[in-house]
Amino acid sequence: MTDHQGEFDSVTGRSTTGHEWDGIKELNTPLPRWWVITFYLTIVWAIGYWIVYPAWPLISSNTRGVLGYSSRADVAVELANLDRIRGDKMVALGAASLADIEKDPALLALARAKGKTVFGDNCAPCHGSGAAGAKGFPNLNDDDWLWGGTLDQIMQTIQFGARSGHAKTHEGQMLAFGKDGVLKPDEIVTVANYVRSLSGLPTRNGYDAAKGEKIFTDNCVACHGDGGKGNQELGAPNLTDKIWLYGSDEATLIETIANGRAGVMPSWEGRLDPATIKAMAVYVHSLGGGK
Amino acid sequence: MNKTVNPKDLTSDDDNGPLYVARKKVYPQSVQGTFRRIKWGLMAFCLGVYYFLPFVRWNRGLGAPSQAVLIDLPNSRFYFFFIELWPQEVYYFTGLLIVAAVALFLMNSVGGRIWCGYLCPQTVWTDLFYAVERFFEGDRRERMRKDKSAGALTPKRLSEIVLKHATWLMIAWWTGGAWVLYFNDAPTLVKQLLTFQAPVIAYIWIGILTATTYVLAGFMREQVCTYMCPWPRIQAALTDEWALNVTYRYDRGEKRTSVKKAAELRALGEHVGDCVDCYQCVAVCPTGIDIRNGPQLECIQCGLCIDACDNVMTKIGRPKRLIGYDNDINIQRRQEGKAPIYRIVRPRTMAYSAIIAAVGGIMVYVLATRTLLDINVLHDRNPVAVRLSDGSIRNAYTARLLNKSGHDRVIAIDIDGPVNSTIHVVGADSVTPDRPMIVIPRDSTSELRLLVTAPAEGNPEKSIPVRFRVTDIGLGEAASTTDNFVAP
Ligand code: SF4
Ligand code: SF4
Repeated sequence: MTDHQGEFDSVTGRSTTGHEWDGIKELNTPLPRWWVITFYLTIVWAIGYWIVYPAWPLISSNTRGVLGYSSRADVAVELANLDRIRGDKMVALGAASLADIEKDPALLALARAKGKTVFGDNCAPCHGSGAAGAKGFPNLNDDDWLWGGTLDQIMQTIQFGARSGHAKTHEGQMLAFGKDGVLKPDEIVTVANYVRSLSGLPTRNGYDAAKGEKIFTDNCVACHGDGGKGNQELGAPNLTDKIWLYGSDEATLIETIANGRAGVMPSWEGRLDPATIKAMAVYVHSLGGGK
Repeated sequence: MNKTVNPKDLTSDDDNGPLYVARKKVYPQSVQGTFRRIKWGLMAFCLGVYYFLPFVRWNRGLGAPSQAVLIDLPNSRFYFFFIELWPQEVYYFTGLLIVAAVALFLMNSVGGRIWCGYLCPQTVWTDLFYAVERFFEGDRRERMRKDKSAGALTPKRLSEIVLKHATWLMIAWWTGGAWVLYFNDAPTLVKQLLTFQAPVIAYIWIGILTATTYVLAGFMREQVCTYMCPWPRIQAALTDEWALNVTYRYDRGEKRTSVKKAAELRALGEHVGDCVDCYQCVAVCPTGIDIRNGPQLECIQCGLCIDACDNVMTKIGRPKRLIGYDNDINIQRRQEGKAPIYRIVRPRTMAYSAIIAAVGGIMVYVLATRTLLDINVLHDRNPVAVRLSDGSIRNAYTARLLNKSGHDRVIAIDIDGPVNSTIHVVGADSVTPDRPMIVIPRDSTSELRLLVTAPAEGNPEKSIPVRFRVTDIGLGEAASTTDNFVAP
């Protein structure tokens, strides 16, 4: 600014900076002192901030700051607080019976909300975020249940699992009729077509229905029941409905009969607390398939 | 106006001076007159509303807050007399903000920065603080003298200073106190505050607002308007040649001379202006400027210089309004010897008024026709549709029912959708066949899960519109919303 000594604006009498645009010169207007001081203070503040808080990115991490502050620790504290706030309600949930929860709108709402988040965290990897399921993983929105769809049955399945190794787990085995040599390949094709006919699906031209029925009665009725209606005690699916866990096309059925199926549902007892398991059962039941 | 300054006369403003300047303290003198009276009146009104509104009661019935204006953050409700707003209705505030902004533009196109001069909280509180200062320390000259002789800290002087700051702090404290009363039941909170039972956050806010009021109105004053507020800059871009601004009519005022000299010169038949160079307009100015130098960024258009000059003109027997609200056009016209013209109604002001009327009208209409019962529905995304074991199709929806009224309601839920479809509500309170009912407590919402099932036969479309209707079975009030029913 020293270059422009002696340059003054004729109207105001103030000195100019010498910068000129379209004949308009910029006045040399000093900043107010408090403004300048505030500006320097913000710089000092920023330096202090760098020292006190995590600020500078390093190659694989960042500076920690002398306070050791971390937003992750903050989140942990907040979550702990949340659990404390919810504590009473979760205790009430743990104490209520499943039937009582269904009748109490407040508990029901809590159980559904809690169940939904827990489901997302634990069950969604297999059953999908909306419990729509996938091949081999049941859709929990429909009304077809391998091990029963009442609140108590759902709770039991979540608690102990299926083929999970837990002492009280659901057991049940679809035998590998082909691999074990019980049925010959042509017999498997025949019985597969018979099973398709049970739920009204078209069958292969010229297959022997009587032979199929005979094979079915000899080998399958023990688990799947008369007419293939299924048995929830054994987790044997109903073969007459429209819902197929692994698929209903002939090739899939042949594969199922030849090699067997044994999907595993883990046991959640011990991994989740009882109130949470209860909430999850209520949530799954409320998805709409519950009986 | 265009007086040329000889650079040699400049002392403070040389290039080798510091990069910053200390503030020149402003000592506005008290003044009486039309605009001062308007300012007193508006100050009393604004502060009265601000300080006492939380204590106005409004009966909304049992269980509902009976404070006329209340921002109930924990329950996410805003109460304004007979209006109760829910979080999803915050667009009313958007409307209010639009109206406020355009009203500011309108004020600006009519009268320049009259908002700044009369209504801005910074001006109102600063004005009040000046009044307090004047009361304890005397008017302009006295205050300047006392500040100069800072060494003479007599007990009397000390008591003045202490009393001034104590009064300032009390006003500031009440300002913060009134603020928190808008967020809680005022009488209860006052009691809690006095017995130190109030929530910590209340004390924090009172502390913050006490500090800001004390500092902004007691110390920062005109510097807020000059350096911190963006409005003077924006305003300068929005103003036009018709806007009335406080203006020194230099065509009438120049050339300035003292009363005595003016009389002598006039007697000789020479032209002299009406301005007697008494500096009254400068003395009263709260931003410390000389309006005779033309329009300036610092001027908040409070009109106090008009009052001051009017008083001078009355005393010397000259017409008033040597300084007055005037516009650029007239400065031009008077120079050309034409009569001044004023035009308040013009496309710009009409457009602003129209926008205000339109937005205000929409808000009133929406407010008047809004329902106190509502339903929002969200279709499940995953899975979109489920096939049941008998082959029928089911879609699930998450519904949120809103009961904004002051009483509990029994709501029936019906659908118009696919052929032979049925609805099941998870957690319904009673289910007469196909007509689930649910009780929604007053002033609350309920989230429900709705399951709609339809046979596959008879519904060949991939997607069928479905309409959810909720009916208050007591009052008959109804609301509905539509969504789609899709096949897998
Ligand atoms: S110049 Fe006049 S109108 Fe402008 S701020 Fe000063 S006293 Fe108020
Ligand atoms: S108050 Fe009026 S007469 Fe006095 S200096 Fe200001 S403009 Fe001139």
